[in-house]
Amino acid sequence: MQITSPQFKENARIALTDVGLQKALGNVKNGFPQKRANAVKRLPEFDQLRDQGRDLKNHIIANLDIYLEEFEANVIKNGGHVHWCRTSEDARQTILKICQDKGAKTVTKGKSMVTEEINLNEYLEANGITPVETDLGEYILQLRGEHPSHIIAPAIHLNLEDVSETFHAHHHKPKSMDPAVLMQEAREELRARFVAADVGITGANFLVAETGSSIIVTNEGNGDLTQTLPKTHIVVTSIEKVVPTLEDMTLFLRLLARSATGQEFTVYNTLSTGPKRPEDQDGPEDYHVVLVDNGRSDMVGGELQEMLRCIRCAACMNHCPVYGSIGGHSYGWVYPGPMGSVLTPQMIGIEKAALLPNASTFCGKCESVCPVHIPLPKLMRHWRKNEFERHLTPKAARWGIKTWAFFAKRPTLYRLLSQTSNRMLRLLGGKKGRIHKLPVVSGWTDHREMPAPSSKTFMQQWNEKQKAGH
Amino acid sequence: MSKADILNTIRRGLGRGLPSDAERQQVLARITRHERNLIPMRGQGSESEVQALFIEMAKEAAAEVIELPSLQALPGAVREWLQTANIPDLVMASDEELKSLDWTELHPIVQHERVALAGDLASLTLAFMGIAETGTLMLYSRKESPTTLNFLPDNHLVVLKRQDIVGVYEEAWARVRALSPGQLPRTVNMITGPSRSADIEQRLQMGAHGPRALTIFLIG
Repeated sequence: MQITSPQFKENARIALTDVGLQKALGNVKNGFPQKRANAVKRLPEFDQLRDQGRDLKNHIIANLDIYLEEFEANVIKNGGHVHWCRTSEDARQTILKICQDKGAKTVTKGKSMVTEEINLNEYLEANGITPVETDLGEYILQLRGEHPSHIIAPAIHLNLEDVSETFHAHHHKPKSMDPAVLMQEAREELRARFVAADVGITGANFLVAETGSSIIVTNEGNGDLTQTLPKTHIVVTSIEKVVPTLEDMTLFLRLLARSATGQEFTVYNTLSTGPKRPEDQDGPEDYHVVLVDNGRSDMVGGELQEMLRCIRCAACMNHCPVYGSIGGHSYGWVYPGPMGSVLTPQMIGIEKAALLPNASTFCGKCESVCPVHIPLPKLMRHWRKNEFERHLTPKAARWGIKTWAFFAKRPTLYRLLSQTSNRMLRLLGGKKGRIHKLPVVSGWTDHREMPAPSSKTFMQQWNEKQKAGH
Repeated sequence: MSKADILNTIRRGLGRGLPSDAERQQVLARITRHERNLIPMRGQGSESEVQALFIEMAKEAAAEVIELPSLQALPGAVREWLQTANIPDLVMASDEELKSLDWTELHPIVQHERVALAGDLASLTLAFMGIAETGTLMLYSRKESPTTLNFLPDNHLVVLKRQDIVGVYEEAWARVRALSPGQLPRTVNMITGPSRSADIEQRLQMGAHGPRALTIFLIG
């Protein structure tokens, strides 16, 4: 997909005036946070589970090589194959080769953000293989030629009218505004595709080292039809998804659904272990796991290591005021919201993605709802620092920060300046104490009034209170 | 190439080289211990509490629960359900426990033992376990019970014996491991209610790609 992260500001400006998008984003703000809060309230141990989840992920990362090799050994023992891919290009070629070896013409796909990350669909199409997205949201987007705007609710940026029009144009059926009817249409359209596909590609929410299994978590059942009906099942996933045991997987499953959709448990949690057994009547004859690195191993031992704990629940974006205002596409690549603002610079380069970690109010809500306590604001700050050190910050901003630093290091001068500007602002504020127009900060005053400061600066008040003996 | 590259990068990041056999064994001991993490209290009640919780949670997830006194009552109850839904055919798993029942009572409904095909309206399978904490069914693939039966038909009828209800997932894992030591079945399904999607405007609709209805016949 085309990267538009460098145009983040322009993207955001357009998004803010997009009436349809703003209406659709209401479905994020009014839905997910409340559902999550209700689910958390019902499980008194939730916060203890989060602490354990964080600690277990840290243990896994500290032994990632060992668990990955154990996982591989057990996949092979069960008759499956593991492919290690350092880059997106490695992964695309590996997957294409498996498909070509099977003479595949069509491939059904369960929902997978890693296949978005490696741009798999375009690559398969360019090589004469038709990918068919089967998750309802992903299917809608494929018909529209769009990419997901959210990692668990891919079509959240669309309204019912959009889906209705898209289906009407593609399904050649009477136009309907009933979501139940629209879903039924998708079900009927995809049924034959499920059965006809030569290869099924799914992601994995976790990989279990103990058993060599992959697990997918879905509400629709599309992932299960994708991994059961075709002769070949390819799991495309990333290296940080491995967990030691079924018990450890269970800890994360208890956190995942509640953090993501606010469900007690997702409808289908399915473990796949190797290809079908000789006596089985259905299931794939081949089972491949494509392990994608794509910059993740470089995060081990570095300042971004904690990001490897992420279980892709989307709670951070669901609670983010910035995501809620501009939607996922504004971020300009695969992963939006706070987790995307940390991951994207790592994967496409800080020079292209520098605006993302700056698009945060640092309100800290993302960190407070993260099921594995990832300090997202701290990690975004890492990128801001990196950006500044590499002189990627725009000149005006660099000049501003440097000027501020000059005064901040000279307290007497700083206080003098703040007292003077304080007085000026109060004059501008007049009797009402509201400022309507102010040069340089028109970004603020164009949209709302600025309150005039109080009559005394913080330092003046502090000194007076000290003298009064408080 | 890629494998060595990835593993070496990880090790460099961790500030250590190839782990020794002893170090490896020490880490992998976690796997042999099957160490349990914190288990919520909710699923840890008495036998009757756990059974009541299973029913409550399964219903909350939009499953239908029909309680039957014994397996012998199953064929009649299944016929009644299918006739009410106006479904003339049933695809069934062929587990001995199911086959040994008197299925002449199913008449006039036609019974098939095969994998599921697109267009099948109803299937009947035997659950391995029920997990009370979220009202979840556990099923697994085997010769007698192909996985397509759990996903392709419009209606999934599942038989669950009351004594197979456990409180928490961990108890189910212990039982799955005992099935065939060292290897899980190809597919282990945990199913909580019927298929659904909220991908259009976050408005929940039932019956996305999997079964539109999940009916549990709870025996005993």
